[in-house]
Amino acid sequence: MNKDILVIGGGIAGIQSSLDLAEMGYKVYMVERLPSIGGKMAQLDKTFPTNDCAI
Amino acid sequence: MSEKIDGNEQKSEETRIGVFICDCGSNIAGHLDCKAVTEYAANLPGVVYAKENLYTCSESGIGEIQDAIKTHKLSRVVVASCSPRTHQPLFQSSCGHAGMNPYLFEMVNIRDQCSWVHMEERDMATLKAKDLVRMGVAKARSLEPQQDMESPLTHRVLVIGGGVAGLSATEALADMGLDVVIVEKEQAFGGILKGLHRIGPEGKKAAECLSELIQKATTKSNVTVYHGSEVEAVGGYIGNYDITIRSAEEEAVQEKVGCIVVATGAVPFQPDGLFCYDGEGVITQMELEAQLLSGQTIPKRVVMIQCVGARFPEREYCSRICCMIAVKNALFIKRQDPDVEIEILYRDMQMYGTEKERMLNDARGSGIRFDVYDPDQPPEVVDGLVRFYQPLMGQTRELPCDLVVLSTPLVAREDTVRLSQLMRIPVDKNQFFLEAHAKLRPLDFATDGIFVCGSARYPATVVEAQSQGLGVASRVATILFKDKLITSALVAEIDPETCVGCLGCLDMCPYGAIDYIPEKAICRVNTILCKGCGCCAATCPSESASLRGFKPQQLLAQIRAV
Ligand SMILES: Cc1cc2nc3c(=O)[nH]c(=O)nc-3n(C[C@H](O)[C@H](O)[C@H](O)COP(=O)(O)OP(=O)(O)OC[C@H]3O[C@@H](n4cnc5c(N)ncnc54)[C@H](O)[C@@H]3O)c2cc1C
Ligand code: SF4
Ligand code: SF4
Ligand code: SF4
Repeated sequence: MNKDILVIGGGIAGIQSSLDLAEMGYKVYMVERLPSIGGKMAQLDKTFPTNDCAI
Repeated sequence: MSEKIDGNEQKSEETRIGVFICDCGSNIAGHLDCKAVTEYAANLPGVVYAKENLYTCSESGIGEIQDAIKTHKLSRVVVASCSPRTHQPLFQSSCGHAGMNPYLFEMVNIRDQCSWVHMEERDMATLKAKDLVRMGVAKARSLEPQQDMESPLTHRVLVIGGGVAGLSATEALADMGLDVVIVEKEQAFGGILKGLHRIGPEGKKAAECLSELIQKATTKSNVTVYHGSEVEAVGGYIGNYDITIRSAEEEAVQEKVGCIVVATGAVPFQPDGLFCYDGEGVITQMELEAQLLSGQTIPKRVVMIQCVGARFPEREYCSRICCMIAVKNALFIKRQDPDVEIEILYRDMQMYGTEKERMLNDARGSGIRFDVYDPDQPPEVVDGLVRFYQPLMGQTRELPCDLVVLSTPLVAREDTVRLSQLMRIPVDKNQFFLEAHAKLRPLDFATDGIFVCGSARYPATVVEAQSQGLGVASRVATILFKDKLITSALVAEIDPETCVGCLGCLDMCPYGAIDYIPEKAICRVNTILCKGCGCCAATCPSESASLRGFKPQQLLAQIRAV
């Protein structure tokens, strides 16, 4: 069985899954339609309720 | 205690420093003269190579560092670019991949500290960048090689609590091939679900869902089950926790685990003294669930009151699930017997998500009545009727009824504080367990190796508790799928010769990483728990505590270069 993993979408959900899977020792391919990853969250300034900088 | 594979034996090497100055596109180069800084760096003592990069963190920038390490036999690297918080790990590990000891890497932040803060002053910014690079090079010269620390991992997980969250985590962890120890306080698994009739929004029978989940989670060969038991003591740290489990009848049992999952749930608030609650004519949603479960006939006129014991100054939070529970039970009753009149008195309906919205629409369409009440003039339950003020109409109404059902929030269990002290994990002001970061680390505790899921963290629906249980299993796997625990070498050390045992450092350490050894009357650092924050080193009056990579002589070298 090929154990590499494809993650489609590079928003916060895709990024977190990829990071965790990579930590577990799997090779992960992440595909994102846009030139940069980050999705919706990367377009936000501060995020509620803790008001951290989204980036 | 972990063993340190020491790199210090390395023979005294010739210091060959490479300096890389990043333009960051125009982010840095637009506001200071990177070329001049590079030329300046090339002439600093110990520097054998200096290079300006357009983007040092790009693939080509990293490639240039790695090539230079090989061709120019660099023993130390300094990158002057952006914030070490975001980019140090990348540069450091890239140096490591090229064969250099990664702890001989030093980073200088000329973006935030020069180009950003001195944006309109190009000459000043350039001058300051030179100063900072000179300081960075001085520190790099005095750095010592270090090796990451390795320590053994116990590939076994403790799950505390056998409700839907704990059972889901157990099933997933066991399916991943990890050994799981699950401890449930009561004789039977299932938590709140044991007492539920049906599970909203879709309305499956709770007992059926539960028995399937218990079957899947607890009958696996790699799952060890303790029921009627509680965790009595927790010692050790990530990778090596020592757990004492005690049941009423038997002797205490010892278990060794690498990670801990806290899934202890919450309990519905008991509204004693509120709205004439008596458990008969005035009951809670939990008691209504029991009546529905036993098939009891529901009387013809029912009034439900929302937010009982919630959203007032002493308990400000919204429990998120009790609106859905009320609508679920009202809908079930109405569908069983359309003649039953149900009126729900609410403040706001918390029906988030498409499925719950649909439930609310169905409820309105089926003839269940909804009326807003004013929290400043709450409804009154008097013999056989509920009297309430209708703010919209500005009038007081009386609803004759045979049964009043109070929707109460989930509140933290009584023993949460004991558990939090046992594992040194925090709780919030409502005594729910507090995660490490509300958005970025929702299932982790700040203490490494301990995780939280389900209503123990905040009132959750079954689906939420279940997904959090699955999420926690993944978080555990990121640690336990490895053979060994690898931690940074940049931890504190205490010189046993000079420590006077004053305990100054012990009180200061935010991570509980320092132990007092009474026999020797000195303190010692637990290098696995230490996060390298440096508080102990700054506190120690005898300068016995120091932080690797930030020793006084290293910091002084940097300061003297100003
Ligand atoms: C009246 C009512 C109706 C509900 N209806 C619905 C519904 O229709 N749909 C829906 O999605 N959700 C519903 N819920 C919510 C649902 O019950 C919760 O989502 C679910 O119970 C959360 O599971 P949990 O595992 O986090 O916690 P719990 O169910 O509380 O389980 C925690 C378990 O941990 C054990 N435990 C606690 N402390 C310790 C300890 N120190 N050591 C060992 N074990 C310990 C407890 O005994 C318990 O078995 C309802 C809740 C209530 C109160
Ligand atoms: S979920 Fe509804 S009943 Fe529960 S506290 Fe929130 S608003 Fe009140
Ligand atoms: S460096 Fe920080 S975490 Fe480490 S022992 Fe000192 S005070 Fe504790
Ligand atoms: S503060 Fe210094 S002298 Fe005091 S116990 Fe800690 S290491 Fe020893």
